[in-house]
Amino acid sequence: MKSLLLILVPLVGAALAALWPNNRTRPWLLPVVGGVHVVLSFWLLLAPPVVAPDAWLGFDPLARAVLPAVSLLFLVCACYGVTYLQIRGERSNRVFVAALLGVLAMLSAGHQARHLGLLWIATEAVTLAAVPLLHFNGTPRAFEATWKYLLVGGTGIALSLLGSFCLGYASLHGGGVGDLTFNALSAQGVGLSRPWVLTAWVLLLVGYGTKMGLAPMHTWKPDAYGEAPGIVGAILAGGVTTVAFTAILRVRAVVAAAGEGAMADRTLLVIGLFSMLVAALFLLGTRDFKRMLAYSSVEHMGILCIGAAIGPAGVAAALFHVWSNGLTKGALFLSAGNIRRAAGSASLDEVRGMAVLTPRSTAIFVTGMFAVTALPPFGPFFSELQVVRAALTTGHGIATTMFLICLLLAFFGLTRVVFGIVDGRPRLAARANGKRFVETFGVIAPPLLLLGLSLVLGLFTPTILREAWADAVRQLFPTP
Amino acid sequence: MNETMNLLIGLAMGLNLLALGSNRLPTVIRAMAVQGMALGLMPLLIEGQLNWRVILVAVATVVGKGIVIPTLLRRAMRAANIDREMEPFIGFVPSLLLGAGGTIAAVGLARLLPLLPEHAGSLLVPGALASVLTGFVLLIGRAKAISQVCGYLILENGIYLFGLLLIHSTPLLVEAGILLDLTVGVFVIGIIVDRIQRAFDSLDTRKLTVLRE
Repeated sequence: MKSLLLILVPLVGAALAALWPNNRTRPWLLPVVGGVHVVLSFWLLLAPPVVAPDAWLGFDPLARAVLPAVSLLFLVCACYGVTYLQIRGERSNRVFVAALLGVLAMLSAGHQARHLGLLWIATEAVTLAAVPLLHFNGTPRAFEATWKYLLVGGTGIALSLLGSFCLGYASLHGGGVGDLTFNALSAQGVGLSRPWVLTAWVLLLVGYGTKMGLAPMHTWKPDAYGEAPGIVGAILAGGVTTVAFTAILRVRAVVAAAGEGAMADRTLLVIGLFSMLVAALFLLGTRDFKRMLAYSSVEHMGILCIGAAIGPAGVAAALFHVWSNGLTKGALFLSAGNIRRAAGSASLDEVRGMAVLTPRSTAIFVTGMFAVTALPPFGPFFSELQVVRAALTTGHGIATTMFLICLLLAFFGLTRVVFGIVDGRPRLAARANGKRFVETFGVIAPPLLLLGLSLVLGLFTPTILREAWADAVRQLFPTP
Repeated sequence: MNETMNLLIGLAMGLNLLALGSNRLPTVIRAMAVQGMALGLMPLLIEGQLNWRVILVAVATVVGKGIVIPTLLRRAMRAANIDREMEPFIGFVPSLLLGAGGTIAAVGLARLLPLLPEHAGSLLVPGALASVLTGFVLLIGRAKAISQVCGYLILENGIYLFGLLLIHSTPLLVEAGILLDLTVGVFVIGIIVDRIQRAFDSLDTRKLTVLRE
């Protein structure tokens, strides 16, 4: 019941937001719904419900391992959103608030979907609900970003439906009766028709990989993250990509049950390393600090894929990385949003000296940058260390070397951009603009809190979370 | 029954080539409408008992793909005041050749995939693959937003064709594809097209080049 409430509460909130008359008070719906969502999801984390094996929807171990992170990130972003939307009081936020709550509802559904078709419907709904968020700013650049997002994302989602059909046909061809829950598909195991499973895996990896933003299907990401408000970027990078990642994990389990696990792992490893490499190279070249965050997100999606490719220990590390990356990236997106607002631009050519104009946001941004490039003692350091350890124990020496080289290149790229905008003397135009932007509690506390959470996650990883990740691994790698 | 199905699939494949070869947008949109109607009739022709879910799929497809979407596309075309695809990225003859080659490749590829006995003589799988390829050619090769939307439609029609293999075993999956993806997806795309047109006036995605590395 509580697992259904995770979907219904945000949906009711979205309907309320669509009807709410007052533009100033409407954003408060975001933290209210986010708060209820966090309470529910952490309640379920502490007291996991029993999910029937044939249930289409349920708070199963995999959802338990990931969804609370998304919920927490959403709540903090929602608190930031209240202040943000008050600063942007000149625009109507009716559609924005309703769509954001709709995204939360569909993210909850997508994480809990235990049925191939339901998972696809939820992902499709997330894709569509995110469209109004992306063109909230209404500029021609925002339209352009939205168009690309819809075209690339729409094609990706279409391919994942084709992949779902292929997996369905694999089951039908193997004598299945049309039960497309992941449990039933895994139970069919080697009975699934092998050529169809392989086709399905390729299409589903490309399809959900597009949503995740894996290279070379990442092209929508820099535009979308560069033009969307910081809060939207944080939720896309920490929530929407996560739902696609869990989708890939669930499908991988079916493919492994069909006896093609080694092939699936190889493709995941290759696409993961390729994403990291592409992201690292683009990070060395980009001149825009919001697009920089998008490439950093591509890099971290690559890390998740590599974790997923190297067996149970790697998957546990990847689930840890979902938490640490989501929260740290959230702090970066929110503080980057502040800097962007004060500077009036996101380009390295026009922005400098932000340490003078927005000292607090800059401090969070720089610390967040170090955290996300795996500086101890923040969360990403420990999760990436676990990925490396898992890779080495499973004998992936060359992959580990490439992984570390890409991390180093990405570190160079990130520091280049970040210190480029932080150092130096601010421009005169930016000085005038920056005076109008006040670093109030409402825009500083949320990113600071996310950074603090990332630190806590690294230093004292709660035992309950470790157990949740281990449970999810047991679900994905059932021992016969 | 199977012969009628194959005839309709053949018609759809021919319309793909028409869409590839024509530079007049009204022709492409009319081809889309006819293809949508043909696709909508197919669930009724597939052997097996007719139940309300199959009829729902058929009606939704005819109305959605055959009537609503072409109307929306025509409206967008009028609003943008264009009716021709000038200078595409991939020319009309090369795209036709690509489409024809893709169709042949699709037939060859479909032979490699094992089919259930009841689907053996059907053109569904080659038709689906050919449509997906055609859709990709249009998506990549055309500059005007409306042509790209048509490409996306053909891509989706291909996926729908494939879905017909599953319509009796898992109707939910097929319904999801139609209801959600098509009506809402193209609806939203339509709105976006409208907005893009207001922002750019000419609906030329070639002008969407501010954001790049």
